[in-house]
Amino acid sequence: MLEIQGLTSHYGRIQALEGVDLTIAEGELVALVGANGAGKTTLLRCISGVQPVTGGRILFEGRDITRAAPQSRVALGICQVPEGRQVFGPLSVEDNLKLGAFRRRGKRVADDLERMYTRFPVLKEKRKQPAGTLSGGQQQMLAICRALMAHPRLLLLDEPSMGLAPLLVGEIFNTVELLKEQGTTLFLVEQNAYAALGIADRGYVLETGGVVLSDTGAALLENARVKEAYLGL
Amino acid sequence: MPAPLVEFLQFLFSGITSGAIYALVALGFALIYNASHVINFAQGEFVMLGGMVTWALLSQGIDLPLAIAGAVALTMVVGLALEKLAIEPARNADVVTLIIITIGAGIFLRGLTSVTLGKDLHALPSFSGDEPLSLLGATIMPQSLWILGVTAGIVVLLHGFFNYTLLGKAILATSHNRLAARLVGINVSFVLLLSFGLSALLGAVAGILIAPITATHFEVGIMLGLKGFAAAILGGLGNGVGAIVGGLLLGLIESLGAGYISSDYKDAMAFVVILGVLFFMPSGLFGRRGTERV
Ligand SMILES: Nc1ncnc2c1ncn2[C@@H]1O[C@H](COP(=O)(O)OP(=O)(O)OP(=O)(O)O)[C@@H](O)[C@H]1O
Ligand SMILES: [Mg+2]
Repeated sequence: MLEIQGLTSHYGRIQALEGVDLTIAEGELVALVGANGAGKTTLLRCISGVQPVTGGRILFEGRDITRAAPQSRVALGICQVPEGRQVFGPLSVEDNLKLGAFRRRGKRVADDLERMYTRFPVLKEKRKQPAGTLSGGQQQMLAICRALMAHPRLLLLDEPSMGLAPLLVGEIFNTVELLKEQGTTLFLVEQNAYAALGIADRGYVLETGGVVLSDTGAALLENARVKEAYLGL
Repeated sequence: MPAPLVEFLQFLFSGITSGAIYALVALGFALIYNASHVINFAQGEFVMLGGMVTWALLSQGIDLPLAIAGAVALTMVVGLALEKLAIEPARNADVVTLIIITIGAGIFLRGLTSVTLGKDLHALPSFSGDEPLSLLGATIMPQSLWILGVTAGIVVLLHGFFNYTLLGKAILATSHNRLAARLVGINVSFVLLLSFGLSALLGAVAGILIAPITATHFEVGIMLGLKGFAAAILGGLGNGVGAIVGGLLLGLIESLGAGYISSDYKDAMAFVVILGVLFFMPSGLFGRRGTERV
């Protein structure tokens, strides 16, 4: 479904990605782990088209989208839950959700809104409140729901459990697994490598802008290098 | 009614009238600032173009309503062209560079207008005559009622646009968090283009409404732009409610100051306001509680 070939990206003169190769098949849950500053966020931003690519290619279902505008990628079904939630703070919870469906029009949006509210009743309760007044966990749920409102075919999640209480982390991972069961293809960036690799079909390890390891989730959990660097074992 | 009260009312009417114009100009500043964090110093030129182009079309024998529509449309085209040709190509430049581009664009538009339409002062006819109306003992010109009515109408329309349409909310979302806006599929270049078009519309309308009272000239945009800017920062830059309150307040400060202190300082009031705000409350009356609704 997604194929990345030799991707490079820079911030000014600093090179953040040094030729990343990676594939994600339809229906897969793929995890990406790596230390702080490895380039995980940069990679996700390149896939969404909000970070300039300086070399290499991104193919989505065989189509070259390396230079496509971010909004056309959303229309293709590539959606992202960004690092740090990034909800529209002054806008109401409901407006945040409706903006998630910005590329879709029509009355089915109202049905989706109801589905989100059923799944996360707290969002319904607070739907008129500014999103900025929600707690961190609620904002993360909102950020996920906002992305789901676009009907993603490939959902990119950037550290969705960061800064959350353990109970909420569990809920986030349950949601991710549920989405996988429902057929959404997922690309999950996580600091919590143990949990992420535990539910992932396959995983990649990114170090200073390049992929250094890739295998099934279970195999990576057993890998000595991963154990030492990311699982603290 | 006692004479001092009538006099006060008279100052009040004239203050609200010019205040409404400043509010329209200030809203133009707010729209572009919100979409791009650019202070568009060509905003005054939109005001000037509205009046000057209406005059030019009238002088060609075109009816007033058609001339107004033509002037608004042309000014909007200029606003869109400014964004497409000057701002968009430089969108990766820093904000200061973009602001300098708008200053250059303003100088260019003034020059172009003086070359094509001349340097003379022109009055537009009032929309419904010059017979003063009497209100509570004071007099008010019918043109003032036009100004207040049209401004109120525009404020209601803008309020509806930003609070009840998805496109309006997409603009607010973009101004609050550009990255998240792009990730949900909002075309932020289009949002920027739209904000320049809307600002040009507001500016042109202000320039057309005020031209029957103060006359128009290729340089009227300098002072009106400055006063609109003063109103915008008085209310809190980028804040819609602030722009309206700031505009009305500045109009009142000017007219009461001119009436009770000295009319010599009328135009200086805007500068006093700018300096006062920058020194004593840099974020304006309505502060920066995140990005507010316009
Ligand atoms: N805006 C920026 N300007 C300059 N350099 C940047 C910028 N953003 C990231 N970088 C650099 O690019 C590299 C990759 O950053 P990135 O944010 O992609 O890492 P990450 O793997 O997501 O890290 P984290 O786990 O902390 O989220 C880092 O060395 C970082 O310092
Ligand atoms: Mg990151």
